[in-house]
Amino acid sequence: MDLKEKLVSSFLAFENSVDIDSYVHDVRSEAIKVFEEKGFPSKKEEAWKYTSLNKILKVDYSVFPKQENALDYKDVKQYFIHDIDTYKIIFIDGKYSSHLSETTHDGIDVCLMSAALNKPKYRLVIENYFNKAASKESLASLNTAFASEGAYIHIPKNKIADKPIQVIHFSTGNESASLLQPRNLIVVEENSHVQIIERHQSLTNNAVLTNSVTEIFARKRAIVDYYKIQNDTANASLIDNTFIKQQRESIASVHTFAFGGKLTRNNLNYYQEGERIDSILKGVTILGDKQHVDHNTLVHHIEPNCESHQDYKGIFGDQSTGVFNGKIIVEKEAQKTNAFQSNNNILVSDKASINTKPQLEIFADDVKCSHGCTIGQLDESALFYMQSRGIPKKEAKALLMYAFSNNVLSSVKIPEIKQRINKIIANKLGVDIGFDL
Amino acid sequence: MLKIDNLHASVEDKSILKGINLEVKPGEVHAIMGPNGSGKSTLASVIAGKEEYEVTKGNIEFEGEDIEELAAEERAHKGVFLSFQYPVEIPGVSVTNFMKTAINESRKAKGLEDMPAKDMLKLIREKSELLEIDRKFLSRSLNEGFSGGEKKRNEIFQMAMLEPKLAILDETDSGLDIDALRIVANGVNKLKSNDNAVVVITHYQRLLDYIVPDFVHVLYNGRIVKSGGKELAHELEEKGYDWIKEEVNA
Repeated sequence: MDLKEKLVSSFLAFENSVDIDSYVHDVRSEAIKVFEEKGFPSKKEEAWKYTSLNKILKVDYSVFPKQENALDYKDVKQYFIHDIDTYKIIFIDGKYSSHLSETTHDGIDVCLMSAALNKPKYRLVIENYFNKAASKESLASLNTAFASEGAYIHIPKNKIADKPIQVIHFSTGNESASLLQPRNLIVVEENSHVQIIERHQSLTNNAVLTNSVTEIFARKRAIVDYYKIQNDTANASLIDNTFIKQQRESIASVHTFAFGGKLTRNNLNYYQEGERIDSILKGVTILGDKQHVDHNTLVHHIEPNCESHQDYKGIFGDQSTGVFNGKIIVEKEAQKTNAFQSNNNILVSDKASINTKPQLEIFADDVKCSHGCTIGQLDESALFYMQSRGIPKKEAKALLMYAFSNNVLSSVKIPEIKQRINKIIANKLGVDIGFDL
Repeated sequence: MLKIDNLHASVEDKSILKGINLEVKPGEVHAIMGPNGSGKSTLASVIAGKEEYEVTKGNIEFEGEDIEELAAEERAHKGVFLSFQYPVEIPGVSVTNFMKTAINESRKAKGLEDMPAKDMLKLIREKSELLEIDRKFLSRSLNEGFSGGEKKRNEIFQMAMLEPKLAILDETDSGLDIDALRIVANGVNKLKSNDNAVVVITHYQRLLDYIVPDFVHVLYNGRIVKSGGKELAHELEEKGYDWIKEEVNA
């Protein structure tokens, strides 16, 4: 039985095991039909031309976690941003860990999707938002069909979340291979502000495939800052589907720090449903070995006077491969749109590769859109210059690569995240320098 | 300190240095002059260890040790410094952080701990004052958008920070106005001692009014064809290089 059959046939059992809330039940039933019809995407589809799921789909994943695992904080502390106070929503093999978490209902809701799906008091929010941003694409639908657990964050009107929220999904590898499908819902009401840090972390070398869906709603004048830290083990693959709906004058930024696992696909989709919206998409990708990361972005400009800013930097070593596919749609009504996209890459090895493809579909006539992609190598004369000052070649390379990605890092608003990313970069590049530029 | 013996070097199979002999002792200032394309900058790069240049014959000895096999950074750690004719722009790396990294990497190579931040700041303050460099300048990306003069001043600032035993100044005077020239020369002179040495590579005699050489060498067609005292520089300034070429070709 292949993975698709296994999932489809297990759906009934799954749907019986959870409550049958009418709205959610309908959504899930509809979603499994979509998945059954479409199946997993293949390379024949334009959007998947450079990323093949074949190999990772051949693994016999356990679809539902069988047992609950506990972790000691001290063993996983390194994966937390632990030098600042934060709320924490932590999952171990798909199950909520109350021991590692720190949730709240005091003024804001930082809690669990399972609670939101099951408790009557959240019913209205669920009916208004659940699956209202996610696309009908097959992987998102698959997640929807099994949507049961994840982070639920609701910031009511005129509230600033008093501290950042960390959402971490650990997998312990207690099954030889596991499929995880976290489902997160984030609603940020009018004039509110939240900062979220998300991480998927495997703790062993057992195979794990995560197919995650996050829906984010930024209502009028809301500000959402989202940081994704991806630095997983060599057998961990991630398909991250993030959908952001913005209302007027809201600002939503997503920073994706992609240091890879085995295969990573980031589907990041923005829908601008109001005027004077700003959408910010930033990414630093640093890969080695045979890692593969595919950034597939969509910014849909629907209303006039909005902006979008995309800046992705990639550094590819060894036999790693990267993909950047950035689509911008500017609807006819979306006059005075300013849409910027840039994707710069450095290949540090002859065997590494990057496929970069901007796609602009512009139906309005009074817009400013620009895109640029570059693929280059490290500047040899800069390396000699640095060496001549006593900086060894390896460190000089690292410093140049760091400087190359610094544009993206400089817009990170939480210093501790920046420090953490600096450390990961130094580690990834095998150097011991501070990068406190 | 520096002893170059019958040095031949080429780049992409093109022979550029064709038998250089040069000895520089501690406390000395040497000037290397010569027409364009004579190999002056190549000589500087070869001493500093640029990989593209291949030493095909001869050797470079620094403080009694052959260094032509060493990487550029290892030569820097031993005290060789090259001030670039065209300093490279490094966007995203501030002057301060670049210097911090350079100094701490040198210390690491010598088995020393990182320099304490307080000492580093003090050193930076001291040396930037010597070169009359504005504090704001230090937080800018290295050489990015610097004027020609600022770049050169920044080179000597780095030299002051690193305190090399042997400083090679490659066309440091080019692109400098008279005030900047005075500041740069003054910086070099203040750093000068009986234990270190300076090799000034220049096209013109102008800089040598400020940094007075003990010896002047004329490089032509990959060889040192004439050596003399500081008066040789004046002669070259007056008469140009044609008479040297004629002498050599005769």
